[in-house]
Amino acid sequence: MRAARLAKAVLFAGALVPAVLLAWALLRAPERLGINPAETLQLETGIWALRFLLATLAITPIRRLTRWHRIIQFRRMLGLFAFFYACLHLMTYVVLDRYFDFSGVWEDIVKRPFITAGMLAFVLMIPLAVTSTKGWIRRLGRRWQLLHRLVYFSAAAACVHFIWKVKVPVGEPVYYAAILGALLLFRVVYQFRRTGRMPTRRSADL
Amino acid sequence: MLLRRRPDIQSSEITDEATYLRRREFIKLAGGAAFAAAAGSLSAACGSDLDARSGEPGGQLAFANIKPRVIATDEPQNTYEQITGYNNFYEFGTGKADPARYAGGLRTSPWTVKIDGHCAKPADYQLEDLIKPLQLEERIYRLRCVEAWSMVIPWIGVPLSSILKRAEPTSKATFVEFTTLNRPSEMPGLASPVLNWPYVEGLRMDEAMHPLTIMAVGLYGKPLLNQNGAPMRLVVPWKYGFKSIKSVVRIRFVDRMPRTAWSEANAGEYGFYSNVNPDVDHPRWSQKTERRIPGLLKNHPTLMFNGYGDQVASMYAGMDLRRFY
Repeated sequence: MRAARLAKAVLFAGALVPAVLLAWALLRAPERLGINPAETLQLETGIWALRFLLATLAITPIRRLTRWHRIIQFRRMLGLFAFFYACLHLMTYVVLDRYFDFSGVWEDIVKRPFITAGMLAFVLMIPLAVTSTKGWIRRLGRRWQLLHRLVYFSAAAACVHFIWKVKVPVGEPVYYAAILGALLLFRVVYQFRRTGRMPTRRSADL
Repeated sequence: MLLRRRPDIQSSEITDEATYLRRREFIKLAGGAAFAAAAGSLSAACGSDLDARSGEPGGQLAFANIKPRVIATDEPQNTYEQITGYNNFYEFGTGKADPARYAGGLRTSPWTVKIDGHCAKPADYQLEDLIKPLQLEERIYRLRCVEAWSMVIPWIGVPLSSILKRAEPTSKATFVEFTTLNRPSEMPGLASPVLNWPYVEGLRMDEAMHPLTIMAVGLYGKPLLNQNGAPMRLVVPWKYGFKSIKSVVRIRFVDRMPRTAWSEANAGEYGFYSNVNPDVDHPRWSQKTERRIPGLLKNHPTLMFNGYGDQVASMYAGMDLRRFY
Protein backbone atom coordinates (compact mmCIF):
# COMPACT_ATOMS: atom_id res chain seq x y z
CA MET A 1 0.00 0.00 0.00
CA ARG A 2 2.79 2.39 0.88
CA ALA A 3 4.62 1.41 -2.27
CA ALA A 4 1.55 2.25 -4.31
CA ARG A 5 1.22 5.65 -2.68
CA LEU A 6 4.86 6.36 -3.30
CA ALA A 7 4.53 5.35 -6.95
CA LYS A 8 1.55 7.66 -7.33
CA ALA A 9 3.44 10.52 -5.75
CA VAL A 10 6.34 9.99 -8.13
CA LEU A 11 4.00 9.86 -11.11
CA PHE A 12 2.25 13.00 -9.92
CA ALA A 13 5.49 14.91 -9.58
CA GLY A 14 6.75 13.64 -12.93
CA ALA A 15 3.55 14.60 -14.71
CA LEU A 16 3.89 18.13 -13.38
CA VAL A 17 7.42 18.56 -14.71
CA PRO A 18 6.46 19.85 -18.21
CA ALA A 19 4.07 22.42 -16.74
CA VAL A 20 6.61 23.56 -14.17
CA LEU A 21 9.34 23.87 -16.80
CA LEU A 22 7.07 25.87 -19.10
CA ALA A 23 5.95 28.17 -16.29
CA TRP A 24 9.51 28.65 -15.12
CA ALA A 25 10.68 29.48 -18.63
CA LEU A 26 7.81 31.89 -19.17
CA LEU A 27 8.54 33.81 -16.00
CA ARG A 28 12.29 33.52 -15.70
CA ALA A 29 13.87 32.57 -19.01
CA PRO A 30 11.63 33.35 -22.00
CA GLU A 31 14.51 32.68 -24.40
CA ARG A 32 14.12 29.02 -23.45
CA LEU A 33 10.77 29.06 -25.18
CA GLY A 34 12.34 29.89 -28.52
CA ILE A 35 11.75 32.78 -30.85
CA ASN A 36 7.96 32.53 -30.76
CA PRO A 37 7.25 31.75 -27.08
CA ALA A 38 3.47 31.81 -27.51
CA GLU A 39 3.64 29.14 -30.19
CA THR A 40 5.90 26.98 -28.01
CA LEU A 41 3.54 27.24 -25.04
CA GLN A 42 0.55 26.37 -27.17
CA LEU A 43 2.23 23.46 -28.89
CA GLU A 44 3.79 21.98 -25.74
CA THR A 45 0.63 22.13 -23.62
CA GLY A 46 -1.38 20.61 -26.47
CA ILE A 47 1.08 17.81 -27.10
CA TRP A 48 1.27 16.97 -23.39
CA ALA A 49 -2.51 16.82 -23.20
CA LEU A 50 -2.53 14.39 -26.10
CA ARG A 51 0.32 12.33 -24.63
CA PHE A 52 -1.49 11.91 -21.31
CA LEU A 53 -4.68 11.07 -23.13
CA LEU A 54 -2.89 8.33 -25.07
CA ALA A 55 -1.14 7.14 -21.90
CA THR A 56 -4.55 6.81 -20.26
CA LEU A 57 -5.74 4.74 -23.18
CA ALA A 58 -2.60 2.61 -23.06
CA ILE A 59 -3.36 1.33 -19.56
CA THR A 60 -5.89 -1.30 -20.59
CA PRO A 61 -3.77 -2.81 -23.40
CA ILE A 62 -0.75 -2.92 -21.08
CA ARG A 63 -2.86 -4.59 -18.44
CA ARG A 64 -4.10 -7.22 -20.87
CA LEU A 65 -0.70 -7.91 -22.34
CA THR A 66 1.32 -7.99 -19.13
CA ARG A 67 -1.38 -9.04 -16.68
CA TRP A 68 -0.05 -6.31 -14.42
CA HIS A 69 -3.53 -5.48 -13.20
CA ARG A 70 -2.56 -2.99 -10.56
CA ILE A 71 -1.44 -0.56 -13.23
CA ILE A 72 -5.11 0.46 -13.37
CA GLN A 73 -4.60 2.52 -10.21
CA PHE A 74 -2.63 5.08 -12.22
CA ARG A 75 -5.24 5.59 -14.91
CA ARG A 76 -7.33 8.25 -13.21
CA MET A 77 -4.31 10.41 -12.50
CA LEU A 78 -3.13 10.17 -16.10
CA GLY A 79 -6.57 11.11 -17.34
CA LEU A 80 -6.79 14.08 -15.01
CA PHE A 81 -3.37 15.27 -16.15
CA ALA A 82 -4.59 15.05 -19.74
CA PHE A 83 -7.44 17.33 -18.69
CA PHE A 84 -5.05 19.62 -16.81
CA TYR A 85 -2.81 20.11 -19.87
CA ALA A 86 -5.86 20.50 -22.10
CA CYS A 87 -7.00 23.35 -19.82
CA LEU A 88 -3.62 25.04 -20.12
CA HIS A 89 -3.70 24.52 -23.88
CA LEU A 90 -7.14 26.08 -24.13
CA MET A 91 -5.90 29.00 -22.04
CA THR A 92 -3.05 29.69 -24.46
CA TYR A 93 -5.65 30.00 -27.20
CA VAL A 94 -8.18 32.08 -25.29
CA VAL A 95 -5.58 34.37 -23.72
CA LEU A 96 -2.61 34.55 -26.10
CA ASP A 97 -4.41 34.20 -29.44
CA ARG A 98 -7.79 35.75 -28.67
CA TYR A 99 -7.14 37.77 -25.52
CA PHE A 100 -10.53 36.97 -23.99
CA ASP A 101 -12.41 37.94 -27.15
CA PHE A 102 -15.12 35.35 -26.56
CA SER A 103 -17.17 36.31 -29.59
CA GLY A 104 -14.05 35.64 -31.65
CA VAL A 105 -13.62 32.32 -29.88
CA TRP A 106 -17.21 31.38 -30.64
CA GLU A 107 -16.81 32.43 -34.26
CA ASP A 108 -13.74 30.17 -34.51
CA ILE A 109 -15.59 27.22 -32.99
CA VAL A 110 -18.46 27.58 -35.42
CA LYS A 111 -16.47 28.46 -38.53
CA ARG A 112 -13.24 26.50 -38.31
CA PRO A 113 -13.34 22.70 -38.19
CA PHE A 114 -9.83 22.60 -36.74
CA ILE A 115 -10.94 24.61 -33.71
CA THR A 116 -14.25 22.75 -33.53
CA ALA A 117 -12.38 19.45 -33.24
CA GLY A 118 -10.08 20.77 -30.52
CA MET A 119 -12.96 22.23 -28.55
CA LEU A 120 -14.92 19.00 -28.90
CA ALA A 121 -11.95 17.03 -27.55
CA PHE A 122 -11.88 19.37 -24.56
CA VAL A 123 -15.59 19.49 -23.87
CA LEU A 124 -15.85 15.70 -23.94
CA MET A 125 -13.21 15.53 -21.22
CA ILE A 126 -15.18 17.71 -18.80
CA PRO A 127 -17.77 15.09 -17.72
CA LEU A 128 -14.99 12.53 -17.45
CA ALA A 129 -12.98 14.73 -15.12
CA VAL A 130 -16.05 15.62 -13.07
CA THR A 131 -17.13 11.99 -12.62
CA SER A 132 -13.66 10.69 -11.88
CA THR A 133 -14.21 10.65 -8.11
CA LYS A 134 -14.99 7.53 -6.08
CA GLY A 135 -18.41 8.93 -5.21
CA TRP A 136 -19.40 9.37 -8.86
CA ILE A 137 -18.06 5.97 -9.82
CA ARG A 138 -20.26 4.42 -7.14
CA ARG A 139 -23.28 6.52 -8.01
CA LEU A 140 -23.12 5.81 -11.75
CA GLY A 141 -22.31 2.11 -11.45
CA ARG A 142 -22.28 0.42 -14.81
CA ARG A 143 -23.26 3.65 -16.56
CA TRP A 144 -19.92 5.11 -15.47
CA GLN A 145 -18.11 2.80 -17.86
CA LEU A 146 -20.43 3.68 -20.66
CA LEU A 147 -19.95 7.39 -20.00
CA HIS A 148 -16.21 7.11 -19.91
CA ARG A 149 -16.10 5.64 -23.39
CA LEU A 150 -16.35 9.28 -24.41
CA VAL A 151 -12.59 9.26 -23.98
CA TYR A 152 -12.25 7.48 -27.35
CA PHE A 153 -14.12 10.28 -29.07
CA SER A 154 -12.15 12.90 -27.21
CA ALA A 155 -8.83 11.33 -28.23
CA ALA A 156 -9.97 10.96 -31.83
CA ALA A 157 -11.06 14.59 -31.94
CA ALA A 158 -7.73 15.64 -30.44
CA CYS A 159 -5.80 13.75 -33.14
CA VAL A 160 -7.94 15.26 -35.88
CA HIS A 161 -7.40 18.70 -34.34
CA PHE A 162 -3.63 18.21 -34.43
CA ILE A 163 -3.63 16.94 -38.03
CA TRP A 164 -5.85 19.76 -39.24
CA LYS A 165 -3.69 22.29 -37.45
CA VAL A 166 -0.61 21.77 -39.59
CA LYS A 167 -0.24 22.97 -43.15
CA VAL A 168 0.71 19.52 -44.39
CA PRO A 169 -0.11 16.34 -42.47
CA VAL A 170 3.33 14.84 -41.89
CA GLY A 171 5.39 13.91 -38.85
CA GLU A 172 4.20 14.19 -35.26
CA PRO A 173 0.45 14.66 -35.80
CA VAL A 174 0.38 11.53 -37.94
CA TYR A 175 2.44 9.51 -35.44
CA TYR A 176 0.07 10.35 -32.59
CA ALA A 177 -2.93 9.44 -34.71
CA ALA A 178 -1.25 6.12 -35.56
CA ILE A 179 -0.67 5.39 -31.86
CA LEU A 180 -4.32 6.11 -31.09
CA GLY A 181 -5.31 3.86 -33.97
CA ALA A 182 -3.20 1.03 -32.56
CA LEU A 183 -4.62 1.48 -29.05
CA LEU A 184 -8.19 1.36 -30.33
CA LEU A 185 -7.49 -1.52 -32.67
CA PHE A 186 -6.12 -3.53 -29.75
CA ARG A 187 -9.46 -3.25 -28.00
CA VAL A 188 -11.41 -4.40 -31.02
CA VAL A 189 -9.12 -7.36 -31.64
CA TYR A 190 -9.06 -8.33 -27.96
CA GLN A 191 -12.81 -8.24 -27.68
CA PHE A 192 -13.24 -10.17 -30.91
CA ARG A 193 -10.86 -12.90 -29.86
CA ARG A 194 -12.51 -13.26 -26.47
CA THR A 195 -16.10 -13.33 -27.60
CA GLY A 196 -15.95 -14.03 -31.30
CA ARG A 197 -17.93 -10.85 -31.85
CA MET A 198 -17.12 -7.26 -32.53
CA PRO A 199 -17.44 -5.02 -29.49
CA THR A 200 -20.85 -3.47 -28.84
CA ARG A 201 -22.22 -0.88 -26.50
CA ARG A 202 -22.55 -3.56 -23.87
CA SER A 203 -19.02 -4.90 -24.08
CA ALA A 204 -17.39 -4.49 -20.73
CA ASP A 205 -13.81 -3.69 -19.91
CA LEU A 206 -12.69 -2.09 -23.11
CA MET B 1 -11.57 50.50 -36.34
CA LEU B 2 -9.85 53.01 -38.56
CA LEU B 3 -6.18 52.38 -38.89
CA ARG B 4 -4.01 55.23 -39.94
CA ARG B 5 -0.34 54.99 -40.54
CA ARG B 6 2.18 57.19 -42.17
CA PRO B 7 3.18 55.74 -45.53
CA ASP B 8 6.62 54.17 -45.37
CA ILE B 9 7.62 55.76 -48.63
CA GLN B 10 7.48 59.47 -49.19
CA SER B 11 6.74 60.13 -52.85
CA SER B 12 9.91 62.22 -52.99
CA GLU B 13 11.91 59.11 -52.15
CA ILE B 14 10.69 57.12 -55.13
CA THR B 15 13.14 57.27 -57.96
CA ASP B 16 11.56 58.20 -61.25
CA GLU B 17 11.56 55.58 -63.96
CA ALA B 18 14.20 57.16 -66.22
CA THR B 19 16.79 57.56 -63.51
CA TYR B 20 15.89 54.12 -62.36
CA LEU B 21 16.71 52.59 -65.72
CA ARG B 22 20.03 54.38 -66.01
CA ARG B 23 21.19 53.47 -62.54
CA ARG B 24 23.29 50.59 -63.79
CA GLU B 25 25.37 52.97 -65.87
CA PHE B 26 26.53 55.19 -63.10
CA ILE B 27 26.34 53.20 -59.94
CA LYS B 28 29.11 50.81 -59.19
CA LEU B 29 29.53 48.63 -56.24
CA ALA B 30 32.69 49.73 -54.50
CA GLY B 31 35.13 47.17 -55.82
CA GLY B 32 32.73 44.75 -57.51
CA ALA B 33 34.77 42.00 -55.97
CA ALA B 34 33.30 42.86 -52.60
CA PHE B 35 30.11 41.05 -53.42
CA ALA B 36 31.84 38.05 -54.91
CA ALA B 37 34.10 37.80 -51.88
CA ALA B 38 31.16 38.07 -49.54
CA ALA B 39 29.18 35.49 -51.44
CA GLY B 40 32.17 33.20 -51.60
CA SER B 41 32.67 33.14 -47.89
CA LEU B 42 28.99 32.63 -47.33
CA SER B 43 29.24 28.90 -46.88
CA ALA B 44 31.99 29.42 -44.35
CA ALA B 45 29.75 31.74 -42.42
CA CYS B 46 26.94 29.24 -42.43
CA GLY B 47 29.15 26.55 -41.01
CA SER B 48 29.80 28.63 -37.95
CA ASP B 49 27.13 28.88 -35.33
CA LEU B 50 28.94 31.78 -33.76
CA ASP B 51 28.57 33.89 -36.85
CA ALA B 52 24.95 33.04 -37.27
CA ARG B 53 24.18 33.68 -33.63
CA SER B 54 26.28 36.72 -32.96
CA GLY B 55 23.49 39.09 -33.88
CA GLU B 56 26.17 41.63 -34.71
CA PRO B 57 25.05 43.52 -37.78
CA GLY B 58 27.79 44.60 -40.12
CA GLY B 59 30.40 42.04 -39.18
CA GLN B 60 33.33 41.10 -41.35
CA LEU B 61 31.08 39.83 -44.11
CA ALA B 62 29.36 43.15 -44.57
CA PHE B 63 28.66 44.31 -48.11
CA ALA B 64 30.33 47.46 -49.28
CA ASN B 65 28.26 50.40 -50.45
CA ILE B 66 24.69 49.76 -49.45
CA LYS B 67 22.27 52.60 -49.95
CA PRO B 68 20.69 52.77 -46.50
CA ARG B 69 16.97 52.89 -45.73
CA VAL B 70 15.79 53.34 -49.31
CA ILE B 71 12.40 52.27 -48.06
CA ALA B 72 12.02 51.86 -44.33
CA THR B 73 9.51 51.51 -41.57
CA ASP B 74 10.14 53.04 -38.18
CA GLU B 75 8.75 50.03 -36.39
CA PRO B 76 11.30 48.21 -34.23
CA GLN B 77 13.28 45.67 -36.21
CA ASN B 78 13.47 42.05 -35.23
CA THR B 79 16.85 40.85 -34.08
CA TYR B 80 19.26 38.99 -36.32
CA GLU B 81 18.80 35.96 -34.11
CA GLN B 82 15.02 36.01 -34.52
CA ILE B 83 15.18 36.46 -38.29
CA THR B 84 17.74 33.70 -38.77
CA GLY B 85 16.35 31.29 -36.16
CA TYR B 86 12.64 31.13 -36.99
CA ASN B 87 11.97 30.23 -40.60
CA ASN B 88 9.65 28.34 -42.89
CA PHE B 89 11.84 26.65 -45.50
CA TYR B 90 10.35 23.19 -45.95
CA GLU B 91 13.27 22.01 -48.06
CA PHE B 92 15.07 21.75 -44.72
CA GLY B 93 12.18 20.45 -42.61
CA THR B 94 8.77 21.66 -41.48
CA GLY B 95 9.79 22.88 -38.01
CA LYS B 96 10.56 26.55 -37.52
CA ALA B 97 14.04 25.77 -36.18
CA ASP B 98 14.80 23.12 -38.83
CA PRO B 99 16.17 25.53 -41.48
CA ALA B 100 18.68 27.05 -39.04
CA ARG B 101 19.66 23.55 -37.97
CA TYR B 102 19.88 21.77 -41.31
CA ALA B 103 20.57 24.40 -43.96
CA GLY B 104 24.28 24.76 -43.18
CA GLY B 105 25.28 22.08 -45.68
CA LEU B 106 23.85 23.88 -48.69
CA ARG B 107 26.54 25.13 -51.10
CA THR B 108 25.52 28.46 -52.56
CA SER B 109 28.65 29.20 -54.53
CA PRO B 110 28.83 28.99 -57.49
CA TRP B 111 25.19 29.89 -58.11
CA THR B 112 23.60 30.02 -61.52
CA VAL B 113 20.22 31.55 -62.25
CA LYS B 114 18.50 30.48 -65.44
CA ILE B 115 16.39 33.23 -66.94
CA ASP B 116 14.26 32.03 -69.83
CA GLY B 117 10.80 32.01 -71.35
CA HIS B 118 9.36 34.96 -73.24
CA CYS B 119 12.39 37.24 -73.29
CA ALA B 120 14.96 38.47 -75.79
CA LYS B 121 17.99 37.46 -73.78
CA PRO B 122 17.47 34.10 -72.12
CA ALA B 123 20.67 32.93 -70.43
CA ASP B 124 22.26 31.21 -67.48
CA TYR B 125 23.53 34.04 -65.31
CA GLN B 126 26.14 33.76 -62.61
CA LEU B 127 24.78 35.34 -59.46
CA GLU B 128 27.65 37.82 -59.23
CA ASP B 129 27.10 38.97 -62.80
CA LEU B 130 23.45 39.48 -62.08
CA ILE B 131 23.86 41.50 -58.88
CA LYS B 132 27.26 43.18 -59.19
CA PRO B 133 26.20 45.89 -61.66
CA LEU B 134 23.36 46.98 -59.40
CA GLN B 135 23.24 49.28 -56.40
CA LEU B 136 22.44 47.33 -53.25
CA GLU B 137 19.69 48.92 -51.22
CA GLU B 138 18.50 48.48 -47.68
CA ARG B 139 14.74 47.91 -47.48
CA ILE B 140 13.23 47.63 -44.04
CA TYR B 141 9.99 45.76 -44.63
CA ARG B 142 7.32 44.12 -42.57
CA LEU B 143 7.04 40.40 -43.29
CA ARG B 144 3.62 38.88 -42.65
CA CYS B 145 3.45 35.09 -42.63
CA VAL B 146 0.17 33.46 -43.64
CA GLU B 147 0.37 31.72 -40.24
CA ALA B 148 -0.40 35.09 -38.61
CA TRP B 149 3.00 36.01 -37.23
CA SER B 150 5.12 38.87 -38.47
CA MET B 151 8.56 40.43 -38.27
CA VAL B 152 10.32 43.61 -39.39
CA ILE B 153 13.40 42.80 -41.46
CA PRO B 154 16.17 45.03 -42.83
CA TRP B 155 16.77 43.37 -46.19
CA ILE B 156 19.66 44.11 -48.52
CA GLY B 157 18.76 43.65 -52.15
CA VAL B 158 18.05 45.03 -55.57
CA PRO B 159 14.75 45.80 -57.28
CA LEU B 160 13.58 42.69 -59.09
CA SER B 161 12.67 44.85 -62.06
CA SER B 162 16.30 45.72 -62.71
CA ILE B 163 17.14 42.02 -62.95
CA LEU B 164 14.16 41.23 -65.15
CA LYS B 165 14.75 44.11 -67.55
CA ARG B 166 18.19 42.80 -68.30
CA ALA B 167 16.63 39.73 -69.93
CA GLU B 168 14.35 41.97 -71.99
CA PRO B 169 10.97 40.30 -71.50
CA THR B 170 8.73 40.39 -74.55
CA SER B 171 5.12 41.51 -74.65
CA LYS B 172 4.00 37.89 -74.33
CA ALA B 173 5.45 37.79 -70.82
CA THR B 174 2.45 38.39 -68.57
CA PHE B 175 3.58 36.37 -65.56
CA VAL B 176 6.91 35.47 -64.00
CA GLU B 177 7.56 32.03 -62.54
CA PHE B 178 10.29 31.44 -59.94
CA THR B 179 11.81 28.12 -58.92
CA THR B 180 13.79 27.15 -55.82
CA LEU B 181 16.85 24.93 -55.94
CA ASN B 182 16.00 21.22 -55.87
CA ARG B 183 19.08 19.47 -54.51
CA PRO B 184 18.09 16.55 -52.24
CA SER B 185 21.69 15.81 -51.22
CA GLU B 186 21.91 19.14 -49.41
CA MET B 187 18.24 19.76 -48.64
CA PRO B 188 17.01 16.96 -46.37
CA GLY B 189 13.39 18.15 -46.41
CA LEU B 190 13.06 17.24 -50.08
CA ALA B 191 13.02 13.59 -49.05
CA SER B 192 9.46 13.90 -47.80
CA PRO B 193 6.70 14.72 -50.27
CA VAL B 194 5.35 17.63 -48.26
CA LEU B 195 4.97 19.71 -51.39
CA ASN B 196 5.29 18.91 -55.06
CA TRP B 197 8.98 19.79 -55.37
CA PRO B 198 10.60 21.92 -56.58
CA TYR B 199 9.02 24.91 -54.85
CA VAL B 200 7.54 27.22 -57.46
CA GLU B 201 6.08 30.67 -57.04
CA GLY B 202 4.83 33.32 -59.41
CA LEU B 203 3.90 36.95 -59.81
CA ARG B 204 1.92 38.87 -62.35
CA MET B 205 4.26 40.96 -64.51
CA ASP B 206 3.18 44.27 -62.95
CA GLU B 207 3.71 42.84 -59.47
CA ALA B 208 7.15 41.62 -60.43
CA MET B 209 8.12 45.01 -61.87
CA HIS B 210 6.75 46.95 -58.90
CA PRO B 211 9.43 49.03 -57.16
CA LEU B 212 8.64 47.43 -53.78
CA THR B 213 9.49 43.95 -55.10
CA ILE B 214 13.12 43.06 -54.53
CA MET B 215 15.55 40.22 -54.84
CA ALA B 216 17.26 40.13 -51.46
CA VAL B 217 20.85 38.95 -51.11
CA GLY B 218 21.38 39.95 -47.50
CA LEU B 219 19.95 41.26 -44.28
CA TYR B 220 21.40 43.35 -41.48
CA GLY B 221 24.21 44.26 -43.88
CA LYS B 222 25.37 40.66 -44.27
CA PRO B 223 24.83 38.08 -47.00
CA LEU B 224 21.78 35.92 -46.42
CA LEU B 225 22.21 32.80 -44.37
CA ASN B 226 20.97 29.65 -46.04
CA GLN B 227 17.89 29.42 -43.81
CA ASN B 228 16.75 32.80 -45.13
CA GLY B 229 17.03 31.73 -48.76
CA ALA B 230 20.68 32.29 -49.67
CA PRO B 231 22.10 33.39 -51.92
CA MET B 232 19.13 35.21 -53.48
CA ARG B 233 15.45 35.27 -52.56
CA LEU B 234 12.39 37.20 -53.54
CA VAL B 235 10.77 39.68 -51.14
CA VAL B 236 7.23 40.87 -51.91
CA PRO B 237 6.26 42.74 -48.76
CA TRP B 238 2.53 43.12 -49.40
CA LYS B 239 1.97 39.39 -49.87
CA TYR B 240 2.08 36.53 -47.39
CA GLY B 241 5.60 35.28 -46.76
CA PHE B 242 5.37 32.09 -48.79
CA LYS B 243 5.17 34.15 -52.00
CA SER B 244 8.70 35.39 -51.29
CA ILE B 245 10.42 32.33 -52.71
CA LYS B 246 13.88 31.41 -51.44
CA SER B 247 17.15 30.27 -53.06
CA VAL B 248 15.97 31.06 -56.59
CA VAL B 249 17.61 29.17 -59.46
CA ARG B 250 15.21 29.93 -62.27
CA ILE B 251 13.18 32.88 -63.45
CA ARG B 252 10.85 32.19 -66.35
CA PHE B 253 8.68 34.63 -68.27
CA VAL B 254 5.38 32.94 -69.06
CA ASP B 255 2.10 33.88 -70.72
CA ARG B 256 -0.27 32.28 -68.23
CA MET B 257 -0.64 32.15 -64.47
CA PRO B 258 1.95 29.64 -63.26
CA ARG B 259 1.08 26.81 -60.89
CA THR B 260 2.50 27.56 -57.47
CA ALA B 261 3.61 25.06 -54.85
CA TRP B 262 1.15 26.09 -52.14
CA SER B 263 -1.93 26.60 -54.27
CA GLU B 264 -1.23 23.20 -55.76
CA ALA B 265 -0.96 21.67 -52.28
CA ASN B 266 -4.16 23.31 -51.05
CA ALA B 267 -5.95 25.63 -53.46
CA GLY B 268 -8.70 26.40 -50.96
CA GLU B 269 -6.25 27.87 -48.47
CA TYR B 270 -3.54 29.41 -50.63
CA GLY B 271 -4.37 31.39 -53.74
CA PHE B 272 -2.10 32.74 -56.44
CA TYR B 273 -2.33 36.35 -55.29
CA SER B 274 -2.10 35.81 -51.53
CA ASN B 275 -2.10 39.52 -50.79
CA VAL B 276 -2.10 40.24 -47.07
CA ASN B 277 -5.77 40.91 -46.35
CA PRO B 278 -7.32 41.15 -42.88
CA ASP B 279 -10.81 40.72 -44.35
CA VAL B 280 -10.20 37.36 -45.98
CA ASP B 281 -9.64 34.73 -43.31
CA HIS B 282 -7.56 31.67 -43.78
CA PRO B 283 -10.08 28.82 -43.54
CA ARG B 284 -8.46 27.73 -40.28
CA TRP B 285 -7.74 31.03 -38.59
CA SER B 286 -8.53 34.71 -38.66
CA GLN B 287 -6.17 37.02 -40.55
CA LYS B 288 -7.39 40.14 -38.72
CA THR B 289 -4.56 40.18 -36.24
CA GLU B 290 -1.02 38.92 -36.09
CA ARG B 291 1.64 38.12 -33.52
CA ARG B 292 4.63 40.40 -33.92
CA ILE B 293 7.53 38.16 -32.97
CA PRO B 294 8.45 37.74 -30.10
CA GLY B 295 5.19 39.07 -28.62
CA LEU B 296 3.05 36.74 -26.56
CA LEU B 297 -0.28 38.14 -27.68
CA LYS B 298 -1.68 37.92 -31.19
CA ASN B 299 -3.00 41.45 -30.97
CA HIS B 300 -1.12 43.38 -33.65
CA PRO B 301 -3.69 44.53 -36.23
CA THR B 302 -3.04 43.17 -39.72
CA LEU B 303 -3.18 45.87 -42.37
CA MET B 304 -4.52 45.58 -45.91
CA PHE B 305 -1.62 44.79 -48.23
CA ASN B 306 0.49 44.59 -45.08
CA GLY B 307 0.38 48.37 -44.87
CA TYR B 308 1.68 48.93 -48.42
CA GLY B 309 -1.74 49.72 -49.87
CA ASP B 310 -0.80 53.25 -50.93
CA GLN B 311 1.82 51.78 -53.22
CA VAL B 312 0.16 48.63 -54.52
CA ALA B 313 -3.63 48.83 -54.18
CA SER B 314 -4.03 50.38 -57.65
CA MET B 315 -2.74 47.17 -59.24
CA TYR B 316 -5.82 45.38 -57.95
CA ALA B 317 -8.41 48.06 -58.69
CA GLY B 318 -11.70 46.46 -59.69
CA MET B 319 -10.61 42.98 -58.64
CA ASP B 320 -12.69 41.03 -56.16
CA LEU B 321 -9.99 40.21 -53.62
CA ARG B 322 -12.25 37.73 -51.85
CA ARG B 323 -12.37 35.69 -55.00
CA PHE B 324 -8.76 36.26 -56.00
CA TYR B 325 -7.27 35.62 -52.56
